[in-house]
Amino acid sequence: MTTKKLQYERPVIQKLNTGVMNKFGTKTEYNPVTHIDNNSVKDLVEKFGSPLFVISEKTIRDTYHNANRAFKNRYPKVQFAWSYKTNYVNAVCNVFHQEGSWAEVVSGFEYKKALQNGVPGNKIIFNGPDKSEDELILAINNDSLIHIDHLDELYLIKEIANESKKRPRVAIRVNMDTGIYPMWDRFGFNYENGQAWDAINKIMLNDKMDLVGLHSHIGTFMLAPSAYGIAAAKLSDLALAIKKKYKKNIQYIDMGGGFASKNTLKGSYLQGVDTSPTFDQFAEAITTSILNAGFTETELPLLVLETGRALIDDAGYLLGTVISNKRLSDGRRATIMDFGVNILFTSFWYDHKISPAQEFGQHTEDAVLYGPLCMNIDVIRENITLPPLMRNDHVVVHTVGAYNMTQWMQFISLRPAIVMIDTKNEAHIIRKRETLSSIEGDEVMPKHLKDFKL
Amino acid sequence: MKIKKNIALSDSGFVFDPATGDSFTTNPIGLEIIKMLKDGKNSQEIKTTILKKYLTDEATFEKDNYDFLNMLAKHRLTEDHEKEKN
Repeated sequence: MTTKKLQYERPVIQKLNTGVMNKFGTKTEYNPVTHIDNNSVKDLVEKFGSPLFVISEKTIRDTYHNANRAFKNRYPKVQFAWSYKTNYVNAVCNVFHQEGSWAEVVSGFEYKKALQNGVPGNKIIFNGPDKSEDELILAINNDSLIHIDHLDELYLIKEIANESKKRPRVAIRVNMDTGIYPMWDRFGFNYENGQAWDAINKIMLNDKMDLVGLHSHIGTFMLAPSAYGIAAAKLSDLALAIKKKYKKNIQYIDMGGGFASKNTLKGSYLQGVDTSPTFDQFAEAITTSILNAGFTETELPLLVLETGRALIDDAGYLLGTVISNKRLSDGRRATIMDFGVNILFTSFWYDHKISPAQEFGQHTEDAVLYGPLCMNIDVIRENITLPPLMRNDHVVVHTVGAYNMTQWMQFISLRPAIVMIDTKNEAHIIRKRETLSSIEGDEVMPKHLKDFKL
Repeated sequence: MKIKKNIALSDSGFVFDPATGDSFTTNPIGLEIIKMLKDGKNSQEIKTTILKKYLTDEATFEKDNYDFLNMLAKHRLTEDHEKEKN
């Protein structure tokens, strides 16, 4: 007769430090996450490989509905524009476009991506300091909304407009003091020193282009909704000044992006889920400022939002596998994962929540999580409390939907596949795992370097 | 490796060193290993017992036990931790 063997767990012993505050925080993160939208982590890794990015379509749509509701309950005209740079995997973009989002792009590359996805030219907002003459001509011909960043761009558009039969539809980006640090004054024209008003006058006095909007984007990972209230008040002030001087209504006010997600910034004592403002808080600050600015009901401008991170971060997961465990010289546990900072760029900014993907006992260990790169900077979490992970165990990194799938680097290893789980819980591959030919396809070897003898 | 004779163990995995006042917590399998060390079992006997009882393989347990014994020595719970290092 064979006896059933017990589940094995690596033996651990941990010293108890009574009376001293736990420097790893009070919250441990070892509740196992075995499934994402009813798909088992184990099955996903077996089928699509590890590491693997997983995106929940349901979470994207739920988050979008929540944000849309928060603004539309408070303001009559609201339009979201999907921030391509946050995540421009086409399937992700199209979920937002299906929900009604326009496209917000910051380069010719992103602009063409939006066109290829089928976004009408007049529903593409073209932001950013680097727009070439050819890209501007394309955008003007497509009736896109061009957000001017600097005077050189304004004068270039003027020149193009003189030669073109099309009237460019433009807005200016306005930077301003909203009481937060750092103040983003490198993009657009400053409000306080009068540059923004000067730029507005230059456009209004030109008879070849139309000033249709005013845009600001006050910062990133903003934790103070009140700063958006100040920005909305200042843009409204400019819109009303234009109305007064030129008898023309500005069609839209674009508040940009920058809403914080639920991630925890490095160095933050409290968890991001406890400190990040809700969409309702941002919406309340922005819409209250515009509604109280002095517009009549018919003059109220369309409110455009370029929210990226807060709409997609929660929907993204990174699945990974333990390569090895080792002990550092000071006794700390070090666990090496198969994903590094090259694909999880945001681990430079956040203490990502990381959960084991299998059941564990109640014992935990303080550990450092390293990536697989042969580079000292490859640290995923400098300290984390996890159950005793073993080789080949899986983990789930949470809230990775923003910026990782655009800022990731092909460095040392190839980039992994991305899978989207649809609203019926079916997993679809939306970006294939890279191969050697994905990288070498664009390399060219000079003839004299083709051969060598060793 | 020998565990210090005066180390107190509880069934819930609480480990107390009366000589230093240090307290530790260990998981059930860690507790079993410490108990076997206290009973004077050698590495081979411990390995055989664990492999018979738990769902694991020899290589995995050898690596994990190596690390665990090093941690016992690091926490000065062994009689011969100084000697072990040399």
